[in-house]
Amino acid sequence: MADVQPSPAPAKRWALPFNIRVEPRLTEPPRWYPLFTSFLAVVIALIIGGVIIAFVGGNPFASYAHIARASLGSVGVFSDTLVKATPLILVSLAASVAFRMKLWNIGAEGQFFLGAFGASAVVLIPLLPETASRWLFIPLCMLAGILMGALWGFIPGFLKAKYNVNEIISSLMMNYIAVQWNNYFIYAIWTEGGFQMSKVFTKNAWLPRLTDLSASIPWLRGLTVHLGFIFAVIAAVLVWYILFRSRWGYEIRLIGDNPQAARYAGINITRNIILVMMLSGGLAGLAGMSEITGVVHRLQGAISPGFGFTGIIIAWLSKLNPLVVVPVSILFGALILAGREIQPSGIPKMIQGIILVCLIASDFLLRYRVVIAKRGEEA
Amino acid sequence: MNILIILQAGVATGTILFFATIGEILAERSGVMNLGVEGMMLIGAMSAFSVAVATGSPWLGLLVAMLVAGLLSQIHAFIAIKLQADQVVSGLALTFLGTGIALVFGEGLSKSGSISMLPDFSIPLLSKIPILGPVFFTSHSILVYIGYIMIPLVWFYINRTRPGMHLRAVGEYPAAADALGINVYRLRYFYVFVGGMLAGLAGATISLAVAPGWFSEMTTAGQGWIAVGLVIFAQWDPVRAAVGSYTFGALRRLVLDIQGPTMLLGLANPFYYNPYWGFFLQMLPYAFTIIVLVIGSREAVRKRIGAPAALGVPYIRGERGL
Repeated sequence: MADVQPSPAPAKRWALPFNIRVEPRLTEPPRWYPLFTSFLAVVIALIIGGVIIAFVGGNPFASYAHIARASLGSVGVFSDTLVKATPLILVSLAASVAFRMKLWNIGAEGQFFLGAFGASAVVLIPLLPETASRWLFIPLCMLAGILMGALWGFIPGFLKAKYNVNEIISSLMMNYIAVQWNNYFIYAIWTEGGFQMSKVFTKNAWLPRLTDLSASIPWLRGLTVHLGFIFAVIAAVLVWYILFRSRWGYEIRLIGDNPQAARYAGINITRNIILVMMLSGGLAGLAGMSEITGVVHRLQGAISPGFGFTGIIIAWLSKLNPLVVVPVSILFGALILAGREIQPSGIPKMIQGIILVCLIASDFLLRYRVVIAKRGEEA
Repeated sequence: MNILIILQAGVATGTILFFATIGEILAERSGVMNLGVEGMMLIGAMSAFSVAVATGSPWLGLLVAMLVAGLLSQIHAFIAIKLQADQVVSGLALTFLGTGIALVFGEGLSKSGSISMLPDFSIPLLSKIPILGPVFFTSHSILVYIGYIMIPLVWFYINRTRPGMHLRAVGEYPAAADALGINVYRLRYFYVFVGGMLAGLAGATISLAVAPGWFSEMTTAGQGWIAVGLVIFAQWDPVRAAVGSYTFGALRRLVLDIQGPTMLLGLANPFYYNPYWGFFLQMLPYAFTIIVLVIGSREAVRKRIGAPAALGVPYIRGERGL
């Protein structure tokens, strides 16, 4: 904000007994305030979504109650919610770390697909014999998934760094290419009996699930949470550490907030563009790996209900804070899990869109405050 | 496989991209970047088709599509202009929102029957020109011809008229424009609205003329994003936008049609005998978009052409800077 504010334009005289004015905040709002505005935005978004659901002939109360019941209602369904939250955490971290640098990687969806491809390649080429130990399969699948995702992030990052190519469009185009790439392998190379899917992975390549322990602990039977969730939480802590406690993270945030200052400080922006795109892509790739080895257990077409895009919304809702990403992802996991059964099927996507719109609009309240004053009280 | 027929279909496909690109050019020239093109196109395609099914009138569908997409664009305009939020995220949000609403209201629409399409016709004299005639002037939808007319009109409007000058001023140096008494905010709202209407028109062009019907998200299949990329390639110029759009349209058709014939240029057609190569063919338009972006960006650096100077920067009256 400029130091000197121009004299305000004469306020409109409405018929209301008070005037509503908007003025820039001069001081930082209290810490709870962003949380409050985000919460408000989500509530308003749910109300708007409800109105639209009612408009197309649905029952918004039933829909929302269904979402709550079908996702958080019991230990079993909560475990399913965590399963959905796992890839969401990782893609949201991917978005957060890039957005911190104002690097708009919206290609997490494609990086997710390539991560899934990389993990599948380890099992299906095969790089390891079927009888290899779990302790070989899982690290190698992870490595392959992260590498393929990082490669998919490297391409738009390199083009941005070297040729100043707009990363928004290039990373998005990579999504479509990734889908076709996977399709080729599903249809042509790894097809099983002409179906558009590979054979089921050998059990040694599956990420361990809670239900696998049910032989010794019976009540875990049917709980599908897998090791990927632990990976995701560890990744969240790591990304938080990188962003807020390491020199690299300081560079990332400085470039995002003030690239000019970063350049003067001698920070290599080109290198950081490439590295951050690769880190972001690697995280999304890990999400793909965890989904394919933890849930799907084979390479097939429909492995993502738009995880990459939901990740952008979660990242924004979490104010790009890796630790906040975890609980927010669980809430969105609930939305996606329960959303599968809601008709019309576009509703979860629509609600996500409305939430993001309301969120961005609500950021206004962080920079400005709304003053409601009685008429005549103003000087 | 007749190359002229493919090119003819390519021009029709390119018209979709052209409308969306020209709309985004107008919005960006005024200083507002709207990444919601894909969402606005989808909502346009959906509302055009559903109105055409319900009323039997494709013209009414076209009108409604433009209005609905224009209204949707105003959400982004409000957030970007009034609330001064980040335009990238707001545009993304608009795409999500438009896609979501289109999916909800378009539920079951794909099963509804056929519609009466917009009229097709050939231009009497021009269609006789060799090569150009059959490609550009033969049995096209009226929308394609509207597209041709728009190329010089929009170019003239932007570069040679007073309102066009105001448009450029608002996008390049809003403070100066403001000082001259031009209403920066009103113009930006207006051009974002025009951009939205054109994106809606692009969507309607798909669902009423080029590929009639509603195929949920696959109706547009990322063409809104390709249009955003083409704006950069076009360097915010309508004529270059037309060239880029029709080239892309032809490429999209070629990708679809090249797998058909058994023989290609007198040789066995590898794409016919290896149908799985089709997946790589389908990557081409997207890969080509990236290549075009590289070319466009390098050229812009060499010729020192940039985006409108105030692109993506909210204008706050009285604040220093742009």
